[in-house]
Amino acid sequence: MTSANVLRNPAVAATEELDGALTSGFVVELPEFSGPLDLLLTLIRDEQVDIYDIPIARIAEQFLARIHGMRIDDAAEYLEMAARLLRIKAQMLLPRHDGMEAWEDPRAELVRRLLEYQQVREVVDVLERLGDDRRNRFARAYVPMQVESSMPDDRPFAASLADLFAAVDRVLRQAARPLVHDVIPRALDVDGAMKSIREVMSLRARARWSDIVSRDAEPWQILSVLLALLEMAKSGELRIAQPKPFACMELSGDTVS
Amino acid sequence: MTPLAKLLEAALFASARPIPSDTLLHLDAEATPAGVASALDEIREHYDNEGHGVELVAVSDGWQILTRPEYTEAIERAQLAARPQRLSGAALETLAIIAYRQPIGRLEIEDIRGVGAGAILKSLQERALVDVVGRGEGMGRPLLYGTTPLFLEHFALRHLGELPRADELTVALRPALAQAS
Repeated sequence: MTSANVLRNPAVAATEELDGALTSGFVVELPEFSGPLDLLLTLIRDEQVDIYDIPIARIAEQFLARIHGMRIDDAAEYLEMAARLLRIKAQMLLPRHDGMEAWEDPRAELVRRLLEYQQVREVVDVLERLGDDRRNRFARAYVPMQVESSMPDDRPFAASLADLFAAVDRVLRQAARPLVHDVIPRALDVDGAMKSIREVMSLRARARWSDIVSRDAEPWQILSVLLALLEMAKSGELRIAQPKPFACMELSGDTVS
Repeated sequence: MTPLAKLLEAALFASARPIPSDTLLHLDAEATPAGVASALDEIREHYDNEGHGVELVAVSDGWQILTRPEYTEAIERAQLAARPQRLSGAALETLAIIAYRQPIGRLEIEDIRGVGAGAILKSLQERALVDVVGRGEGMGRPLLYGTTPLFLEHFALRHLGELPRADELTVALRPALAQAS
């Protein structure tokens, strides 16, 4: 099993026209190499050497020369590859006996990776061509309709009196709408409340708030009773006392005390 | 054109994204898959034979009306639309590896490319060209990546099968072997 089958088939179907693109030698201009394998492959191609019999010493030397000017942050992966090349070079120099069957070419793993990477580059060429084809076609760009800007600004403004009235009417109608509720001023009935308090106090000596104000009283009634009580206390008609903190107020007629 | 063809054309015109065949079928309650297919053919022929500035293109299990390439420059010069940025070589390499080997983990991608892939994977994921499709069995249960429907759209592919099969790749360095041996 060689490295040529590293990439699995994406699916059964295939298109014949892609063959042409593969052989046409689409030139990709990269600002820099996309990795150490890319650089290595470029060197091998430039030097026109056989990938299965790479002259390691020469390629390693050129590889080092090319990465010499690189920024150090980018260089880590390239340095690793440089080290790998030098190791392979050293292994190649080790003496080996002619009869040794088991000798494994130290370059084999590198060749496998290079071929694998070469396949990726070929697919990249195809993707690049397809991507450029698509980039050169525009789809409909959906833009949400802007109702407000439908009238061009550069036309002189023209409106009849009726338009103006209609506009004013529209503005006023809109202005009135935000009023959610009307506040209707309602006069407090303090006199009425005093009357009903007197009625209660005439029946019993002591009374509490809950005796005077019914449970479902409206705010205006409560306020009326409160003002009436204060008024009556002020005039000495009744007394308001609190037996202990937070306890209910007790009302008592002045006559009792 | 037949009424169905006109209806499909209107729908395709209104949509900014490719419309899946299923959706086209549901536009008309009485339409059949064969009817939709022939109506699409009718639209395509109409555009091609009568010389329209747009064409009907099959993309990622759907259909889309696209402008013809010869008008791209004029449209872009008038700033009516702009071509998207091209993907970098590194991004294309990563996409190529994922397209053929999916689902695939980050380490495997890095092994093939010989460089780190984290940042590129992140940006491809942000552009919705790839996505996490699962987790591997190995140490730390690594994230596995796969291509998205938008990947097909980006390269105007109907499906991954339209990419060249592995045995169709030439492996350009092989002639050197023939010379040497």
